[in-house]
Amino acid sequence: MNRHILSVLVENQSGVLSRISGLFSRRGYNIDSLAVGETEDPTVSRMTIVVQGDDYILEQIKKQLNKLIDVIKIISLAPNVSVFRELVLVKVSATEKNRASITEIVSIFRASIIDVSNSTLTVELTGDQEKIQAFLELMRPYGIKELVRTGLSALQRGDTQISQTVTE
Amino acid sequence: MKAADAIVKCLQKENVEIVFGYPGGAVLPLYESLRSSSIKHILVRQEQAAVHSASGYARSLGRVGVAIGTSGPGATNLITGIATAYMDSIPMVVFTGQVSTELMGRDVFQEVDITGATEPFIKHSYLVKDATQIPRIIKEAFHLASTGRPGPVLIDVPKDVQNDRLDYVYPQDVSIRGYKPTVQGHMGQIKRAIRKLRNSKRPLICVGGGILRSKAQEELANFVTKAKIPVVHTLMGIGALPVDHPYYFGMVGSHGFAHANRAVSQSDLLVVIGARVADRATAGPGLFAKNAEIIHIDIDPAEIGKNLGTLIPTVGDAKNILQQLIKGITSLATDQWVQNLREIKDSQKDVLFEDRVGVNPKVILKTLGGILEDTAIVTADVGQNQIWAARNFPVTGKRQLLTSGGLGTMGYSLPAAVGAKIACPDYQVVAVVGDGGFQMSMFELGTMAQNGLPLVILLFNNSRLGMVRELQNDGYGECFGIDLTGNPDFIKLVGAYGFSGIRVHNDDQFADAMKTGLAATKPFLVECIVDPKESTL
Ligand SMILES: Cc1ncc(C[n+]2csc(CCOP(=O)(O)OP(=O)(O)O)c2C)c(N)n1
Ligand SMILES: [Mg+2]
Repeated sequence: MNRHILSVLVENQSGVLSRISGLFSRRGYNIDSLAVGETEDPTVSRMTIVVQGDDYILEQIKKQLNKLIDVIKIISLAPNVSVFRELVLVKVSATEKNRASITEIVSIFRASIIDVSNSTLTVELTGDQEKIQAFLELMRPYGIKELVRTGLSALQRGDTQISQTVTE
Repeated sequence: MKAADAIVKCLQKENVEIVFGYPGGAVLPLYESLRSSSIKHILVRQEQAAVHSASGYARSLGRVGVAIGTSGPGATNLITGIATAYMDSIPMVVFTGQVSTELMGRDVFQEVDITGATEPFIKHSYLVKDATQIPRIIKEAFHLASTGRPGPVLIDVPKDVQNDRLDYVYPQDVSIRGYKPTVQGHMGQIKRAIRKLRNSKRPLICVGGGILRSKAQEELANFVTKAKIPVVHTLMGIGALPVDHPYYFGMVGSHGFAHANRAVSQSDLLVVIGARVADRATAGPGLFAKNAEIIHIDIDPAEIGKNLGTLIPTVGDAKNILQQLIKGITSLATDQWVQNLREIKDSQKDVLFEDRVGVNPKVILKTLGGILEDTAIVTADVGQNQIWAARNFPVTGKRQLLTSGGLGTMGYSLPAAVGAKIACPDYQVVAVVGDGGFQMSMFELGTMAQNGLPLVILLFNNSRLGMVRELQNDGYGECFGIDLTGNPDFIKLVGAYGFSGIRVHNDDQFADAMKTGLAATKPFLVECIVDPKESTL
């Protein structure tokens, strides 16, 4: 089982997300995350889908996605030629005593505190998944009350654009 | 123009002459527009039959079928038909009425999310929220249904949208950026395939429904005659090559012929064309053609590599690729191999069953083959009757055999025969059906009677769900839930609809009964009494 990152251009229309997520669940493909939003062209949305599977599964996923009329283009993003980011918001328990040590970790990770209460801090962090994982490990002992992640977003490095990339 | 009128206009632009449907509140505006149009509406007796009839119509004419249902229960009744059409790649556009836009999402009377419900088994669907989009959507729907790998497309139109107004202009062409089916085969792959064929000692072609969808029967015959390659086929591939063709070697699969399966396992190079080769065509994953390298030709790239490991994938339209193959191929040295297969084929014997009560269905279907014209259309239901027909009715000349292969939907053959007879009034149409399947669609006797369709129903009455009985018997030694005690007197039943029938108790009575049926000017029933213990193979 390998992890694969797919970047998918789709029509920006209602119903598209359901078609795609439905395809994954009914064919039994494992999806780690799916992030979607409008692109430079407002009629097109771009999805970053992180999936698990062997080569057979990956090929099937791509072919089945391509069969959907709303899917315009699919590319696989190889880690060495792509940049990946994810945003996470985490609400951790914070007391008088440990507030300072949390803040220190936050600044080391270049995260930011975006909300404060008597008993919590809400932190925003952007990064690749390793960085986020490391940060969350450090936060865990303080008590993570709530956590939300956007899922991975990715682009190819350099001046390459998906529209010019030849699909295999 | 009113949107409902625009829908009718668009259908006329797509040369739609017949629609199969069932009305209800949410499609009344559309029905009102249909009423005053040249399009003929066939009222079925249940929406599932509208889709099966549209399928029979589409298949027998090689055109797009159209079915219509209302919102809610009308739409859900369509579902089995849509899934059946999807599994067999039948070109079809289905319209449903939907509750008015301002009511959607409130679970109002007869509201159901039909675009959502059909998502897993439909080529594409539209929920029309803006009437001005109707011409584009209908143009796209017919294009999608009939090109690439054909399939059903659904258009769900809320009632208020049907009443909206728009400036009607029918688009000239279609441009869907996510839909560009590959029609032309890749020349490099075709050349590789030809090279492989030249070096093969035991080449074999296995064809499926793709040959029929692509209308490539002639090309297939020309190719195999020129190259001298034997051909086997799947259930959906019946009719791809006439059974009397010298290179025809029969149907493969769990219900196919042992000699055809032997050919597959002995071949060293298998060319699969327009077939997905799912479980029924094989003995299990990895077991099909285990001694062969595989060339897979299909218009749907997703079929290639899904069920079969493939050496040379070739995406494209079967007709187009076969034309290229014909150009590139020369006669292969297959005489010994073909001779071999012929000997195996000739040595096969039917299962013996001597003290049967009633007819021998296999003999009946062979006899039917001798009676019917060269253009006859036979529909077959699901169960033993389907396999009896698939194995024993000879599809020669321009004959067609229409059945539900992928979904195996009981109740298909009667409405499909209605569609076929309406499409081809001059052709003989015979619906083969079991007593179970008959009762799953017997409401269509009403449609047959209303339209005075002179088709013949060939009912195999074994008082059982025969196929299930056999599976239970083979697998568990006991049967349960298959006894159809309570069956009506079928002759009296069709009599109630105003047409007649003959009950046949032995093989000798059949030909006369069938000829009487074919000469009738109304629907006609030929009921054959079959021994419940009769075997499928
Ligand atoms: C809609 C549907 N329900 C159930 C089945 C399962 N099934 C397959 S064959 C069969 C028996 C069919 O009985 P009948 O129509 O009498 O045909 P026979 O096998 O006796 O020729 C059944 C129940 C099916 N294929 N389709
Ligand atoms: Mg029966």
